[in-house]
Amino acid sequence: MPVISIGNLVKTFGAIRALDGLDLHVERGEVHGFLGPNGSGKSTTIRILLGLLRRDSGDAQVLGADPWRDAVRLHRRLAYVPGDVNLWPNLTGGEAIDLLGQLRGGLDRRRRDELLHRFDLDPTRRCRTYSKGNRQKVAIVAAFSSPVELYVLDEPTSGLDPLMEAVFQDEVRRVKQAGATVLLSSHVLAEVEALCNRVSIIREGRTVESGTLTELRHLTRTAVTVETARPVTGLDVLPGVHDVHEVDGRTHLEVEPAHLDELLGHLIGFGVHALTSTPPTLEQLFLRHYGDAPAAAAASADGPADRAGSAGAPGTGAGPAHGPAAGAAPAGEGSHADTQADVPQAGAR
Amino acid sequence: MSALTGTTRLARLVLRRDRIRLAIWILGTPLLGYALAGSVAGIYPDQDARLGYATTSASSLVARAFNGPIHGTDLGAVVVAETYVTLALIVALLSTFAVTRHTRQNEETGRAELLGANVVGRYAPLTAALLVIVAANALAAALLAVALVGAGLPLAGSVAAAAAIGGVGVAFTAIAAVTAQLSVTARGANALAAATVGLSFVLRAAGDVLGEQSADGTRVRSAWPSWISPLGWGNQVRAFDGERWWVLALPVALLLAGVALAYALAERRDQGAGLIAPRRGPATGAPLLLSPTGLAWRTQRGTLLGWAVGVAALGLPMGVAADEFNDMIDANPAAAEAINAMGGGDDLIKAYLTAMLGLFALTIGAYVVQALLRVRGDEADGVLEAALATAVSRTRWLGTQVLAATLGAVALLLLAGVTTGLGYGIVIGDPLGQAVELGGAALLRLPALLVVAGVVTALFGLLPRWSVVLSWMALLVFLLLGQLGAVLELPQAALNVSPYTHVPAVPAVHPAALPLVVLAAVAAALLAVGVVAFRHRDVPS
Repeated sequence: MPVISIGNLVKTFGAIRALDGLDLHVERGEVHGFLGPNGSGKSTTIRILLGLLRRDSGDAQVLGADPWRDAVRLHRRLAYVPGDVNLWPNLTGGEAIDLLGQLRGGLDRRRRDELLHRFDLDPTRRCRTYSKGNRQKVAIVAAFSSPVELYVLDEPTSGLDPLMEAVFQDEVRRVKQAGATVLLSSHVLAEVEALCNRVSIIREGRTVESGTLTELRHLTRTAVTVETARPVTGLDVLPGVHDVHEVDGRTHLEVEPAHLDELLGHLIGFGVHALTSTPPTLEQLFLRHYGDAPAAAAASADGPADRAGSAGAPGTGAGPAHGPAAGAAPAGEGSHADTQADVPQAGAR
Repeated sequence: MSALTGTTRLARLVLRRDRIRLAIWILGTPLLGYALAGSVAGIYPDQDARLGYATTSASSLVARAFNGPIHGTDLGAVVVAETYVTLALIVALLSTFAVTRHTRQNEETGRAELLGANVVGRYAPLTAALLVIVAANALAAALLAVALVGAGLPLAGSVAAAAAIGGVGVAFTAIAAVTAQLSVTARGANALAAATVGLSFVLRAAGDVLGEQSADGTRVRSAWPSWISPLGWGNQVRAFDGERWWVLALPVALLLAGVALAYALAERRDQGAGLIAPRRGPATGAPLLLSPTGLAWRTQRGTLLGWAVGVAALGLPMGVAADEFNDMIDANPAAAEAINAMGGGDDLIKAYLTAMLGLFALTIGAYVVQALLRVRGDEADGVLEAALATAVSRTRWLGTQVLAATLGAVALLLLAGVTTGLGYGIVIGDPLGQAVELGGAALLRLPALLVVAGVVTALFGLLPRWSVVLSWMALLVFLLLGQLGAVLELPQAALNVSPYTHVPAVPAVHPAALPLVVLAAVAAALLAVGVVAFRHRDVPS
């Protein structure tokens, strides 16, 4: 049985449809990345999973129970780190950790002290004097001090430095090893790539992609740069090849993963001197889904194109910038402009 | 000049944020002044009544302590004596909270940082807040002068009295400007400034008590402690009794000094830092803290302690005053009638004690509202979300808050009754008996406070976004109905809206059980509505 099972979830706030038929399935023991642009409904989904918000319609099950009706019973079995941690200003960090742990049904004191040490957190300071990062640490320590079945983490590392980020990743691996399930909402893509077995990408209250990272990579084109003895011809008739252009005698193109083999067979005939192939990064995946260019996703592949195409709302492409890709892609240039913009980012990785 | 860059824009921001608060303040003060002046004029209509009032007020140490020095027998002088302290305390606290809200609170929340990174001078935020708040005080004072003239008082005296009230506001604006530099938290800055208000009250009371009665017996010449209290300055203007206008220069001078000091402090400290360093605390939570009940106690104990000190400090002298009250009543039958209307019954001392306990019950209603609205504050801050994501049910969480507020109310009521009883008992030689009797009588007010708690809880459950404003408004309506309803001769149906109307007037009359049971039932129904609504709504919303 999945630990989290959400089907066709709808939540409206007045006229705003925050969740519009969202699906999410998280299996026991996995670390599930929960991704989406700001305002896409991640926190709303998480709050419904915690029984804080009431769903309008759809199914939601957490650990086999109804998150709204069985909230208290469920909360003994899960721990939550909110995205924006606010604490009781006149309590110390140590007191807040103990309080949250006790309210949850008890915490492991040894782990608590160990985590305080690892996260380098001074527990004697009042919560009002903590920086954002330190408030975040309080919530993380409180959550990981409790041995529970499910950890719900809403952008837990925003505000943490890279050293603490590494400690956090260790902790996630530790609880995973112990058999716990983690739902991790995050914008830190390196963290998602490092930790998550599967990811779900949501946008405008709907799930647009869900699967393992390998599966998702297959939806995206690989960038290929090739230097050949003779000018390459006939690329325009090859299936799955896009955006061909030549710069300084080098051919740049993009190819759908399914057609990589045919492309290589074709290129060999022109005497390959050098060839680089850059697999799609998570960033590219995101930029496709976050950005305002659903056409790019639709054009990317024949087979999976339908899935991707139906996911991004068509017709929103001409709007103003909603994401980083749209900022990089001048309106009208369409799909390849935003792919070009991705390349330097891929190199930077 | 660059330190003031952006002041005008920031002042507009202050106006925009506080447009409703400022409107209530600027219009409410004159309206309250008008209503109070009208009711005082009704109670002391002729020269004889006012002569009696003035001589008793001048000779009664309690009247001097609580109402300030009386200055002659003009109707205006009586109005000032009856209203000055109330209005002065209101504007002092309003000014204080407004300054903190637009200075230290912005720093605490980080808004000041966001603003300060723009083209904004170092002094601009403070200056903008002070400009708006001083202007609000000036405008409220101007309208109060108009209101007093409208109530039939002489022009010069009305202007002087209103300016005196405005001067108090300006003086505490200056004090709050300094305390906002000292404490790291808005709460601490407010507490420091409120403590200064309290200290000013005590100094003024001491100066007026130690003062001398004039030869004709209708005037009090205050001793020096009144002169070092900004609350005392207003009395020294002697409105309606040969106004001494130069005294109004004192709050202005304090404003200039306060602003200079605040600028100097702001120049020497870091943004967000204070001069009072925050203390460290325990690294682990004590077992008693680690439950909703423990948390409620921890978060409310400071507030409760402050209230307890205030209640006890008022209760004792009010009890002592009960005996002096006999003399005052002999001199003024109209006042006796007014007290009687508030307290009921035949025995005037008991009527007075009843009226005092009623006042305490109303005031403690403010504690109940303040304590319960913390739940809403926690929800708005996001703390409630973290708490409800643990294995604590909503019913338990809200129930704990209601219980904590109720226990606090019980403690404060008991304290009010016992201290008043002790004060009165010491004078008549029966401290223990009176403490027990009045303590018990005070506790009979609890059902009315439970209804107040029920109203706040129901509002929190049903209309969370409006619960803060509506809760305070409900209490204000109860207060106005209770204090002015009888004087203004409102219909009984209107008076019945307030739960305080239904509390038996103990000790003036014998207690009846039925109204208490009905009040408790109403309170239970309101609480149930609140809890059920809270269980069924989104958090946060």
